[in-house]
Amino acid sequence: MSIAALHDTRILTGRSLRHILRSPDTIITTAITPIAMMLLFVFVFGGAINTGSSESYVKYMLPGILAITIASGVAYTSYRLFLDMSEGMMLRLRSLPISRSSMLWGHVLTSLAANAVSLLLVIGVAFLAGFRPRATVLDWLAAAALLLLTTLALTWIAVIAGLSAKTVDGASAFSYPLILLPFISSAFVPTDSMPSAVAWFAENQPITAIVDSLRSLLTGAALDASIWVSVAWLLGLLAAAWVVSLFVFRSKTRG
Amino acid sequence: MQAIEVHGLRKSYKDLHVLRGVDLAVPAGSIYALLGSNGAGKTTLVQIISTLLSADAGQVRVNGFDTAAQPRQVRESLSLTGQFAAIDGVHTGRENLILLARLRRDPDPERAADALLERFDLTEAGARRPSTYSGGMRRRLDLAMGLVGGAPLVLLDEPTTGLDPQSRIQMWNIIRELAASGTTVLLTTQYLDEAEQLADRIAILHDGTIIQEGTLADLRKLLPPATIEHVLKEPTLEDIFLTFVGSAGAPEGA
Ligand SMILES: Nc1ncnc2c1ncn2[C@@H]1O[C@H](COP(=O)(O)OP(=O)(O)OP(=O)(O)O)[C@@H](O)[C@H]1O
Ligand SMILES: [Mg+2]
Repeated sequence: MSIAALHDTRILTGRSLRHILRSPDTIITTAITPIAMMLLFVFVFGGAINTGSSESYVKYMLPGILAITIASGVAYTSYRLFLDMSEGMMLRLRSLPISRSSMLWGHVLTSLAANAVSLLLVIGVAFLAGFRPRATVLDWLAAAALLLLTTLALTWIAVIAGLSAKTVDGASAFSYPLILLPFISSAFVPTDSMPSAVAWFAENQPITAIVDSLRSLLTGAALDASIWVSVAWLLGLLAAAWVVSLFVFRSKTRG
Repeated sequence: MQAIEVHGLRKSYKDLHVLRGVDLAVPAGSIYALLGSNGAGKTTLVQIISTLLSADAGQVRVNGFDTAAQPRQVRESLSLTGQFAAIDGVHTGRENLILLARLRRDPDPERAADALLERFDLTEAGARRPSTYSGGMRRRLDLAMGLVGGAPLVLLDEPTTGLDPQSRIQMWNIIRELAASGTTVLLTTQYLDEAEQLADRIAILHDGTIIQEGTLADLRKLLPPATIEHVLKEPTLEDIFLTFVGSAGAPEGA
């Protein structure tokens, strides 16, 4: 990216951040559903779930809750991008001598910031619910990097949805399957308790690897191959979503 | 020098052949009006000139730059106000203008914003969100956003649609000031009197081509000379409206 493009991105990120700051309820709403789920699982279902470990259940399922937080948080990006496309703002931006990629990156960077805040809120409540991690500073940094990479990859998927949607509802509908994915993973119950076909899917979908590595990081357990499986999945998804986004953006704005 | 040169421009949306060989030359520093009925292709033409749409065939040059080969230079030398408002609803009017000024690299974005608010009678409304504006105020903000940056060529797609008579006259004055300061203005309009009042040259877009082009005097010559009729000149509705409402300028927020 050129200096001018970075400058454009900074200005448009400022614009997009202001959207969030003007309606902070969007962040709170994003965080509330996962928090409610977490409390429900910990205090209602948790006692009946056998994770096969002596760790507290909140520690077991927090990574899955964080994945759900991100999956629902990125829907805001597609909503905002849909508004830009449908309300003429994108036409105005495109008529200016500014970098085209800044029109997308402004939303993407804002999504990273907003999701970071939502994740911190959820982790804060997890502490209140008895989450006591045994993670070193390095573990925390690695966990943060993994969460950031997850947010980035899912945000670019949200960009595709926002650019191609025909209605507001369509713009955020893509996030429902993403929110369901953690349930068919090792996030809440061990996969060996599932019927074999479901278990096979659960073990081979990216959320399981991501959740497993987050869990290892937060409990200070030894890292296994899951971290590399997660990173490979996320980089692959990110690259694919980014390429498709640019393709959709180009075809939607060519005419 | 021509600010805009269009040669053999063609554009179709699937089977709908909207532009079928448009030729146009807009002299630098002039006010040029593009007339055409609904669906004639005015917006399509304006969007091609401003690089938002690509042409199927033909050539467009803006201030000497080719829209297909040098879109960036074209965008640097023009500013567009589209037919439909393009405003950020979460930002106030003033913030919208500051955003545009920053994107246009204005050295003093706040001052540029305040000057435009004043020019468009929006100083007090500037601190509010556009969702609280009347339709006309929103249109004025949109037009103000289109003037940020002082580009040498201004494209206005139906600038006065939805404005009351006072705001319309105010807009005409702003367009005349722009032209007086050397800016080229290409505007599309449905109102014949607007073209008559403002334009140095007029082009009529019909059935995909420019069917007539020239100064008002040129176009008048196309019709048989007027016959003298003895009738009392009735005041027009616009005269009556302006007399009673007052043409001195609408109160803020009108
Ligand atoms: N994206 C599009 N896809 C398909 N058809 C389109 C598209 N945009 C415009 N058209 C059609 O092209 C024709 C010209 O449209 P355009 O908007 O350029 O007309 P216009 O002269 O600006 O009309 P108006 O005075 O109503 O604004 C219309 O018949 C319109 O339906
Ligand atoms: Mg039009």
